[in-house]
Amino acid sequence: MKLRANLIIGGALFALAILVGLLAPWLAHTDPVLDANLMNAEEPPSWTWWFGTDDQGRDIYSRVVYGARVSLTVGIVSQLINSVIGVALGLSAGYWGGWWDDFVNGLTNLMLAIPSLIFALAIMAVLGPGLTSLLIALGLTNWSFTCRIARASALSLRSQGYVQAATVLGYGDLRIMITQLLPNMLGPIVVIGTLGMGSAVLSEAALSFLGLGVRPPFPSWGSMLSDAREQITTAPWLSVFPGLAIFLTVLGLNLLGDGLRDILDPQSRSRRT
Amino acid sequence: MTGAPLIEVEDLRIDLDDGVRRVAAAEGISFRIDRGETFGLVGESGCGKSITALALIGLLRQPLSIGGGVIRFEGREIQHLSAARQRELRGNRIAMIFQEPMTALNPVSPVGRQIAEMFVLHKGKSWREANKLAVEALASVRVPAPERRVNDYPHQLSGGMRQRVMIAIALACGPDLLIADEPTTALDVTVQAEIIELMRNLCAERGTAILMISHDLGLVANVCRRVAVMYAGRIVEERGSADIFRAPSHPYTQGLVASLPRLGSRAALGRTRLKEIAGVVPAITNFPEGCRFNPRCTQATGICRTVAPQTDLLEAGGFVRCYHHA
Ligand SMILES: Nc1ncnc2c1ncn2[C@@H]1O[C@H](COP(=O)(O)OP(=O)(O)OP(=O)(O)O)[C@@H](O)[C@H]1O
Ligand code: SF4
Ligand SMILES: [Mg+2]
Repeated sequence: MKLRANLIIGGALFALAILVGLLAPWLAHTDPVLDANLMNAEEPPSWTWWFGTDDQGRDIYSRVVYGARVSLTVGIVSQLINSVIGVALGLSAGYWGGWWDDFVNGLTNLMLAIPSLIFALAIMAVLGPGLTSLLIALGLTNWSFTCRIARASALSLRSQGYVQAATVLGYGDLRIMITQLLPNMLGPIVVIGTLGMGSAVLSEAALSFLGLGVRPPFPSWGSMLSDAREQITTAPWLSVFPGLAIFLTVLGLNLLGDGLRDILDPQSRSRRT
Repeated sequence: MTGAPLIEVEDLRIDLDDGVRRVAAAEGISFRIDRGETFGLVGESGCGKSITALALIGLLRQPLSIGGGVIRFEGREIQHLSAARQRELRGNRIAMIFQEPMTALNPVSPVGRQIAEMFVLHKGKSWREANKLAVEALASVRVPAPERRVNDYPHQLSGGMRQRVMIAIALACGPDLLIADEPTTALDVTVQAEIIELMRNLCAERGTAILMISHDLGLVANVCRRVAVMYAGRIVEERGSADIFRAPSHPYTQGLVASLPRLGSRAALGRTRLKEIAGVVPAITNFPEGCRFNPRCTQATGICRTVAPQTDLLEAGGFVRCYHHA
């Protein structure tokens, strides 16, 4: 099997982001919050301060490294919530049909009609800023694509011979959904999940930029951008490096999603066999 | 319960409701199968064999439903059981092998796991025990190197092997009745014979009754002690297999028997064409009045076209549904 470039580059970027997040205490040069020193305020990038320092003299490199933790936690956890909700709703709707399907369909259309970031904003407004609120707001608002795909897959899979055979053999509905349907739709669900993670990272940045994300002074890429916007002309490094981190992570996730689609897509899979 | 037959169907009617009107896709279906007996259901495509089987295991779904009659399993009526109770019967006491062996296995799950799941589901075994039992089950259907084969995925197996796995799954829980709906149509002839032989032997060893469904009267009569012939939603004749070949009673059965190639006959040697029954099977929404075979029957008279014949019991056992039967 030929490994594709997007899979390798995307996987590498995503793995790098995860490693940085995990190893942050060892990679960072200084404490991202406490090591403020006005003596070094607004230093441009140099051998001492790789990414420069901010107006309080905090090391931007260390803050970007620690910021990976927030961005990835939000990206991964909120997308997992979305995937679970989307699969549970879509799979059961497609398999059972009837009024439940109509209900789920209506709900999905409603979710698609409201831009998810606006919806997340509304939830954040109710819950207040903070990491938990971020996870909830982003985890509840971006499951509609997963739901659609799960529903469509369930609809086409339920007439497959092995699903009918399972019914004949006395499998209950739940067992059929988990053992017969879910494993056979996992490919597209993983692809959508990967792409969704990228958009969750972006949404985190956006919400944090608006001051609704993780509370300062703990760094997140979005809040760093927000802090940097007044100095964008005087100290551009304050926005360039967190921006680059967001860009590379999202790019990596999108490439990874595309690459996974190429190998997991049931159509391209059946073409190979 | 020693006296009761294993399964007994009485005057079963299956309705097809397309939202506009309700027609009987099958009616007046009655038969019984004793413990360990082999019973065949034969008829042309669309005559209602598969829906009859689905009715037995409680799996008729919209637009089909049971419109009347009784199904007894070990003397207990099962047609009104709750979904959960019917599920306990399915796969456990009544198993079924499918028309499509190629697609009846889950492509992303190793075959051993699919066998083992039956023990977990119906017998409450742990996965550890179930996996061991799966190896034994695979060995019992004569799959070579079963302890390695359990890890194979369906696409790694040939059609014949897959059908063996299906038989292992169906017989895993030691069912009392095995329904085989055209179990070998998708396989080539030599494999077909092997699979049928295997199924027959395993069921005989374990005292499992077989309900075999096929359009091939020769095949069914070979496997089964008794055969019922279906035409357009009704059973038209039910006899011992030997009798039905020697002296078919119903004009339709006579046509079927005459159309079978016999070993060494001129037809089998390709010198004459097989005798076919003229005409086509009527559509389900367009069944003729009276005897449904009358438009194709050479012996039809006035009454055949107006009033449906009742069943006539035959002296040698069995029955036939025809006014002018032999
Ligand atoms: N789900 C369904 N919806 C509508 N009609 C159906 C459905 N299933 C079966 N039928 C109709 O019921 C009749 C009997 O079908 P059945 O599948 O029992 O035939 P069969 O004897 O098994 O034929 P075959 O030998 O082709 O399998 C047919 O006329 C068929 O068109
Ligand atoms: S009842 Fe009449 S039409 Fe029907 S099979 Fe007998 S002779 Fe033919
Ligand atoms: Mg059929």
